[in-house]
Amino acid sequence: MATYLERFGGNPGRSGHRLSVAAGRAVYEARETVAEFFGAPDPLRVIFTPNATYAINLALRGLLGPGDRVVTSSVEHNSVMRPLRALEKEGVDVVVARCDAAAALDPAELARAVTPGTKLVVLTHASNVTGTILPVAEAAEIARRAGALFLLDAAQTAGYLPIDVARMGIDLLAFTGHKALQGPSGTGGLILGQEVEAEALRPLCHGGTGSASESEEQPAVLPDKYEAGTLNAVGLAGLRAGIEHLTTVGLEAVRGREEALAEALREGLADVADVALYGPAEAARRTPVVSIGLPGRRLADVALRLDEEYGVLARVGLQCAPACHRTLGTFPEGTIRLSPGLNTTREEIDHTVAAIREIASA
Amino acid sequence: MSEAYGVVLFFTTSSAIRGEKVAKRQGLRVKLIPTPRQLSSDCGMALRFAWRDADDVRRCLEEAGVENDGLHRI
Ligand SMILES: Cc1ncc(COP(=O)(O)O)c(C=O)c1O
Repeated sequence: MATYLERFGGNPGRSGHRLSVAAGRAVYEARETVAEFFGAPDPLRVIFTPNATYAINLALRGLLGPGDRVVTSSVEHNSVMRPLRALEKEGVDVVVARCDAAAALDPAELARAVTPGTKLVVLTHASNVTGTILPVAEAAEIARRAGALFLLDAAQTAGYLPIDVARMGIDLLAFTGHKALQGPSGTGGLILGQEVEAEALRPLCHGGTGSASESEEQPAVLPDKYEAGTLNAVGLAGLRAGIEHLTTVGLEAVRGREEALAEALREGLADVADVALYGPAEAARRTPVVSIGLPGRRLADVALRLDEEYGVLARVGLQCAPACHRTLGTFPEGTIRLSPGLNTTREEIDHTVAAIREIASA
Repeated sequence: MSEAYGVVLFFTTSSAIRGEKVAKRQGLRVKLIPTPRQLSSDCGMALRFAWRDADDVRRCLEEAGVENDGLHRI
């Protein structure tokens, strides 16, 4: 990013001068890096967006219209639920497959909901509240058999779990750059799998692309059809650097390390009287986010004490996922969510457990 | 006499940059330039090459599957 700001600083693809070309190259390199990382069939099938929310909206609004049927789960983030509820008001049939109290989705439950004629199945790869991983391989197969497209919201997993669009049968993949991919905020994208026609979606936004400038209509070619307006070239240079760093470290190493930290956290907290732990017991079924409750306590107060007295920063409340909390039975109070990351240490985990033990016993 | 040049036109900037990358990898001397005015432009960038390399440029774009709007002598 620093290199981009110092050396390029042009507008990608709006001109043929050397700074614009350099900016265009930075974006294209990011496209290739992302395509390779997610097993996309072609770098031009990577559509860059400002975040996962925009990518999800592009897919949902781009595909669904009145009379269409879409199936989702009961643990989705609001970036899926809100556009779906808005589309429902416009006549889209929204069906929610129930997950269990650990936020897990039984493929049989999903299969029952995905009747023939369903247009789209949209699932989060993992709950952002409990970390519960949803059955992606089964879901892709269920969607395929019903003739539906499969949209995966990988905001919680891209950069943590391996994702291969082609091998996993994912038709549309929404990702965000600022979480596990180690990129800056303001980056994200939607990848179109091979089965999705280049023109299958209605664009969310129309405008300049630096291509077909003689025409007042949006060009039909990828990725320009869906990328109107200046791209976040500096951010995308950062996203590329983030993914390259991740590839050097290795996803398996990242996962081994973060999983061990999350397990240490859960084990430590399991010994603390009154602490409720959410999500499945087995580590392999979760991403490294740990959600806890303390019955009878105001969680917002607990989180504030963690921050002010112990320097432990946690996200408290509903984490933009009211549907998930209704499924867990933690609505409306929510949970305190702790998420070990790439730079978290074992000492910090022990410190966190000790802090919560002190607060819980006071 | 100065050397004859050609340009490849593309539908998108992404394809233009991909075309440049593919051609350079083949050791071809190419350069991204603003699309010459006289050519109806699809995208603001065009890839310039020495016209004597036209066959090689065409072949390498085709082999890599880089969508383009043809080679034009300028
Ligand atoms: C499961 C899930 N989906 C979508 C999003 C939205 O991501 P973004 O903020 O990049 O739009 C998030 C992030 O909070 C998330 O956890």
